[in-house]
Amino acid sequence: MGDKQGRGPRKWVNLLLLVPCIAALWVPLYNFDEPRLFGIPFFYAWQLIWIWLGAGLTWIVYVVDWRGSDR
Amino acid sequence: MSDTASPVAIGIFVALFFLISSLGFVATRWKKADLNQLDEWGLGGRRFGPLLVWFLLGGDLYTAYTFVALPALMYASGGAGFFAVPYSIVVFPIVFAIFPKLWTICSERGYVTAADLVGGLFRNRALALMIALTGIVATMPYLSLQLVGLEAIFAGLGLHASVTLFGHEMELPLLVAFAVMAGFTYNSGIRAPAIIAVVKDILIYTTLIAAIVVIPAKLGGYGAIFDAVPAEKLIIPPTPPGSLGPQFAYATLALGGALGLFLYPHALTGLLAASSRDAIRRNAVFMPIYAFALALLLLLGFMALASGVKQMPEFADGFARFGNIYAVPALFNHMFPPWFVGTAFAAIAIGALVPGAIMSIAAANLFTRNIYRAFIRPDCSEAHETQVAKIFSLLVKAGALGFVTFFPETSVVQLQLIGGIWMCQTLPAVLMGLYFKWLSGNALLLGWAAGIGAGTAMAAATGFKDSVYTLTILGLDIPCYSAVSALVLNIAVAVLLSLALRPSARPDTMAPAPAN
Repeated sequence: MGDKQGRGPRKWVNLLLLVPCIAALWVPLYNFDEPRLFGIPFFYAWQLIWIWLGAGLTWIVYVVDWRGSDR
Repeated sequence: MSDTASPVAIGIFVALFFLISSLGFVATRWKKADLNQLDEWGLGGRRFGPLLVWFLLGGDLYTAYTFVALPALMYASGGAGFFAVPYSIVVFPIVFAIFPKLWTICSERGYVTAADLVGGLFRNRALALMIALTGIVATMPYLSLQLVGLEAIFAGLGLHASVTLFGHEMELPLLVAFAVMAGFTYNSGIRAPAIIAVVKDILIYTTLIAAIVVIPAKLGGYGAIFDAVPAEKLIIPPTPPGSLGPQFAYATLALGGALGLFLYPHALTGLLAASSRDAIRRNAVFMPIYAFALALLLLLGFMALASGVKQMPEFADGFARFGNIYAVPALFNHMFPPWFVGTAFAAIAIGALVPGAIMSIAAANLFTRNIYRAFIRPDCSEAHETQVAKIFSLLVKAGALGFVTFFPETSVVQLQLIGGIWMCQTLPAVLMGLYFKWLSGNALLLGWAAGIGAGTAMAAATGFKDSVYTLTILGLDIPCYSAVSALVLNIAVAVLLSLALRPSARPDTMAPAPAN
């Protein structure tokens, strides 16, 4: 992946894909009951929110580096 | 069981079930092609656009068993059961980054299965055979579990009729449902589950949205639901000294699940049916909608806990027979009017047929391509190959049905656990092989064997009850999902042996041969 010439710095955007992985797998980041969000403990709220943030970051990677390309 | 039976619920259930599954039979006419070709029957001619692949994969991954078993896990073990959510957060970036490359190689060279790919990359028939066998063996208990999910739904409906076959009592509704699935799979191949998945998803989403609005309103809000969960189960327990603790186990369960998911033949089949790399990437962006639905679904387990269905006498029979997987059917019966119960249960039951069909197609593809054609009849025609796949798909389903009939449900669950560990061990050959051409086929085969052996031994050490096994390294306790620790060993063996077995690849480090 990402080893084609001529893409320049754009290929670095792919590193964004790592962010949701870290946010989801680094459990000490979010293993708390408080604060709660609409009654939902932080543990659950964090993971629910990261589903959407992860999708958002993947979308950014797609738009910046992959959309319309035939790679 | 008749306590919960409602004629309205059963009537709506039966009508919807047959209406939707009949779509599977007319699916042959859609994107019409010669279904005597395996590429057409088994992969829909690789012509599915992003939207259809999205429905197909969703139907694939969130199965009837998921619907009843994952909430049941939350119900029993609290927050530790929520690992399916970080797992689905991680899986889609992985799909985005790796699978377009896999799709490209497979479609350029006409590969239908992971074993085709491995056989082609490494020219190693033994390795390809082991990849195929791992896929078939790991898929079987998964398919059986779809039936367990169906059984729980039928019990929730109070639909109970049995026939005695070979001295064993068999559930008649289960037989009928399975015959329907076998029929449309044989007839239409992968087109059937793809079309059904679209309708099913609409029903599932309606059900879920109603559930997450109506049930919390009745129970006094989300705060009240979480307050019903014992405090020590709400989050992951603290890390004891000298150990990486349960939080590490949680993370490895998520990671291992995510790595294994798309190695499963049925998931790979869904991806290979995509019409382009772009379709796969766009899917990875939109799959999280399913992940969110899955998270809400998991919370149904806590809702069942808060509603107190377990203490209600009318559900005592169901809990006694099915254990915690009866929690969600009981919750729906308790919370919703019969017409809605019928609709929701029909959605979940159809949710068993879609992955069931894809799983049997995927297993059949593996058998036909990588066992029958590779070792038994190398010169068979394409039409003959497809006929063998169709028949094998029937045999796989019959086997799954026999399995749940003759073995206790716990052994099916245990086999599924080992299946997940085994499936992960095909990762080095299937995915690392895409990038590292210097890996040797024989080294990968030995790595696979080491991973399978270690994974099975770790699972056996827990009595096949727990997928997490605690390793002690230098005095530090490491509770880790066995699939992940076995995979680390697997990769180490494969890489080190590849370096050792191919001295010609590193001429600079070789001592000059004395004979020259």
